[in-house]
Amino acid sequence: MRAALSFGLAVAAFAAALPAHGEGIDVARQSYLANLLTQDCGSCHGLTMKGGLGPALLPAALAERDDAVLVETILDGRPGTPMPPWRFELSQQEAAWLVARLREGVR
Amino acid sequence: MTSRARRAARLGMKSLLVLFLFLAVAASAMAGTVRGTGDLGIVVERASGRVVIIEHSHRSRIGAVDGLGDLSHASAVFSRDGRFAYVFGRDGGLSKIDLIEAKLVRRIVQAGNAIGGAISADGRLIAVSNYEPGGVKIFDAESLDLVADLPAESNGQRSKVVGLVETADGAFVYTLYDAGEIWIADVAEPARPAIRKFPGIGAFPYDGVTVDGGRSYVAGLFGEDGLALLDLWRPEAGVRRVLSGYGRGEEPLPVYKMPHLEGVTVAGGNVFLPAVGRHELLVADVRTWAEVARIPVHGQPVFAVARPDGRQVWVNFAHPHNDTVQVIDVPSLKVAHTLRPGKAVMHLEFTPKGDQVWISARDEDLVRIYDPRTLAELGAIAAEKPSGIFFTARATRLGY
Repeated sequence: MRAALSFGLAVAAFAAALPAHGEGIDVARQSYLANLLTQDCGSCHGLTMKGGLGPALLPAALAERDDAVLVETILDGRPGTPMPPWRFELSQQEAAWLVARLREGVR
Repeated sequence: MTSRARRAARLGMKSLLVLFLFLAVAASAMAGTVRGTGDLGIVVERASGRVVIIEHSHRSRIGAVDGLGDLSHASAVFSRDGRFAYVFGRDGGLSKIDLIEAKLVRRIVQAGNAIGGAISADGRLIAVSNYEPGGVKIFDAESLDLVADLPAESNGQRSKVVGLVETADGAFVYTLYDAGEIWIADVAEPARPAIRKFPGIGAFPYDGVTVDGGRSYVAGLFGEDGLALLDLWRPEAGVRRVLSGYGRGEEPLPVYKMPHLEGVTVAGGNVFLPAVGRHELLVADVRTWAEVARIPVHGQPVFAVARPDGRQVWVNFAHPHNDTVQVIDVPSLKVAHTLRPGKAVMHLEFTPKGDQVWISARDEDLVRIYDPRTLAELGAIAAEKPSGIFFTARATRLGY
C-alpha cells in the first residue's frame, strides 16, 4: 500500500516536471508523431480512437486517468495485454505530447 | 447549285457530323459499361472514407466511391458475380458498392465498432463481425436488411468477434476474442440459428481463417504460443491446440501490429503462419499440423500470403519494420528476396493466377505492382493512405 502510494507520488512528481507539450519537438517530428498516433496507434484503437481490439482513447474515456499513468502506459506498455512499450522510439516528452493530442481529440 | 442550296447542303452536312459525333460518344460511353468483372478490385483509402476501383489487366484506376466512413481496418467481400463489393468499416458501416457503375448502392451503420465480414456460400447473406456490441449480424445481400442478430455472449459477457468466415455447408464460423471460443452458426433458417460452441480454445484469439480449401478453421492466439484448430469435416472431434509452445518459454517481443491470418494458405503441403511476438514464420505440415520449420524474418509478420501456385510466400511486417516485404522460397523454406516498397506496407494481394502482386504502401500514398517472377516493378497506382487491396477473384474462393 505504502509502496503503491509512494510510487503514485513519484509518478505525480514526474508528471509535474514534464515540459509543456510541443516544447522542444520540432515541426517535422510533430508531424511524424501525429501520423503515428492516427495510423499506428489507430491500427488497434481505431483511426478516430473510438477503440478496436484496444480500448477507446477518446477524451471522455481518458478523463479519469492521470497524464503520468498514460505517459507510462505508452512508454512501457501494459504487460498481459497486447499494448506494447513504445520507449524504443518515443521520449517522455513525446509521449506527453501524444497524451495532450488525445485529450484534445484526434481530428 | 445556287448559293442558298450550297448553304443548305453545308448545314445538312454539319448536322450529320454533329449527330455522328453524338452517336459515337454515346456508343463509347455504353461500351464502357459493358465489361466483365473478373479483373476488377478495390483499394481502401482508409483515412478518406473512400475506395478506389481498379482493374488489373491494364493496371489502372477506373473509379472511386466516397462517403464510406471510418475505414481503418476495412475489408471487403464480393457478390458471386463480382459486380458488388461489400465493405466493412471500423465504424460499423456496411457499404454495398457497384463496381461497374462506381457508385454506392446502400450503406448502413449496423454496429458501433466492426472488424470484418463474410458472404455466405450461396451469396445471399452478408455476415458482419462486431466488437461493439460484440456479436455477428446477418443481412440480406440484396437489400442489406437485417435477417439475424447473434450476440456473442459467454458467461454473461459480450465478446468481440474476430475471424468470421463462411463454410461450404452454408454456415458461418467465428471466434470470440474475449471469451476464447469458436462458434459455428448454421443460419439455414435465419430466424432460428443453430449455434455450436467450442469453449476454452486459448487466450485472446486475435483472428481466424479457413485453410486447406475450407477443410480446417484455425484461430491464432495472442495470449499464448500456439493456434486452435477445428476440423470442419469433423467438428465433433473438437478444437485442438497446434504448434503450442513455439516460443519455447522465451519472453515474447512486443507486437506493434497484430498479425492477420487472412491469406494464409497451403504452399507445397505446408501452412505458413505468422508467429506472435517472434520475428518468425511458422511452417506446419497441413496433414498433421506438426511443426516443419520456423523461418527467421525481418520483423513481426503481419500477412503471409502465398502466390496462387504456392511457389512463394510474401510477408509484410509490423511497425517499425513495415517498409519491407520478404519473399519466402517455399521449396527451400528460406527468405529468397527482400524488397522495400516504401513506408508502411499495409497489405498485399495477388492477381488470380499470380502474374502480379499489388502492395499498398500507406505513407507513400502508393500501391506498387510487382511481377512475382522477376520482382520487377510493373507500375504503381496513386491512392491516399491505401490499406486493404481486394480483387473480385475472392468472389469464387471459400473463406474470402
